[in-house]
Amino acid sequence: MKTITVEDVQKKLNELVNTELYLHLETTNGAYAAHNDATKMNVGAYIRNALISFSLGKITGAGPYRVGLKTSLGWIYAEGLTDYHIDEHDRLLLAGHDTEGRLAVAFQLSKNPF
Amino acid sequence: MKEHILVVFPHPDDEAFGTAGYLAKQSRKGVPITYVCATLGEMGRNMGKPFFANRETLPEIRKKEIQDACKVMGINDLRLLGLRDKTLEFEDLDVLADTIEKVIKEIKPSLIITFYPGYAVHPDHDACGEATINAVKRLKVDERPLVYCKAFSKNTVENLGEPDVVFDVSDVFDVKLEAIAAHKSQTEGLIANLKKQLQENNEEAIQWLQEEGYYTYRF
Repeated sequence: MKTITVEDVQKKLNELVNTELYLHLETTNGAYAAHNDATKMNVGAYIRNALISFSLGKITGAGPYRVGLKTSLGWIYAEGLTDYHIDEHDRLLLAGHDTEGRLAVAFQLSKNPF
Repeated sequence: MKEHILVVFPHPDDEAFGTAGYLAKQSRKGVPITYVCATLGEMGRNMGKPFFANRETLPEIRKKEIQDACKVMGINDLRLLGLRDKTLEFEDLDVLADTIEKVIKEIKPSLIITFYPGYAVHPDHDACGEATINAVKRLKVDERPLVYCKAFSKNTVENLGEPDVVFDVSDVFDVKLEAIAAHKSQTEGLIANLKKQLQENNEEAIQWLQEEGYYTYRF
C-alpha cells in the first residue's frame, strides 16, 4: 500500500460508478481497547461482501481522507483513510493506519467477492 | 498414558505469547504437539511495523508466520480450521466443539492447552476456550485429559486466584523470543520494545518471558 493520491483514487471511483460491486468495510479500535485503557470502549463494525452499486463516489479531505459513495437509497462512507492499493485483481483497497501502523479502518471495493 | 499435547487457540501468535516456552520444552523432550488454530487472524490490526500487509494479503502472510513459529517450537502437527477471525463467538459453538472433539478422539491428548472461557479478553479467545472445554466435558470423567487454561482478564486473579501451575522456561528463553518474532506482522513493534527492555534488564519483561502460568481447569 502507499499513501493516498487523491487523483488516482478518484479516477478509480469514477471507473466504478454504476457497477455491481462487493464492499468490505470495517473499523475497529481493537479487541483490547478497554482492557488496555478502562476509559475506552471497544467499538467496531464490519461488513464483508455486501453487494452494492453507487451513482456518485468521491474522495475528500486534506488527508487523512474521507470516501463517500451515494447509493440508490442511501450512503456509504468511511473516514481516516491514509493508504491505498489497487491489487492484481483490480480491487480498490483503501485503509487508514494509525501512527503505529495499525489498521483502524478498511474500505475496499471489488467486482468479485472478496 | 502416552504424552501428547493438544493446543487449541483462535489466532496465529496466541500460542507464542503465553505458551511457547512450555511447548518448546516439551517438544525437546520428544512430546508430540498438535496445534489447532481456528482462524488465520485475518482481522489483525497490526500489519507490520512499518506495515507491509493489507487486509487481503494478511491471511497468507499469517499462515506462513504460524508455520514458521511451529518450526521454531518443534510443533509438527498444525491444523488450521479456516474460520474467520473475530467471528468465532457468532459461530455455532457446538459445531466447533464437534471439530475439537474429533481431534481429541483421534490423538488422545494427555494435556490440552486453551483459553479460560470468560477470562481471556478477546471474544474469539473466550469462544475458543468454551468450545474446547465443552468438547472435553463430553468425555467420561475418567477419560478427560488435564486442561491448562490461559487467563488474563482484569478480574482473573480476583476470581480465580494466581495460576496454579507455573513453569520456569528460562532455558528456552531464546526459542520463545524467536517464536514471538516469527509472527512478524503482529509482533515487529513488540519485539523491538522487548529487546530494548532486555538490554536494560527490565525485570518485568524478563519475568514475562521466563515464567508461564496456567490455570488447571476444574470440571
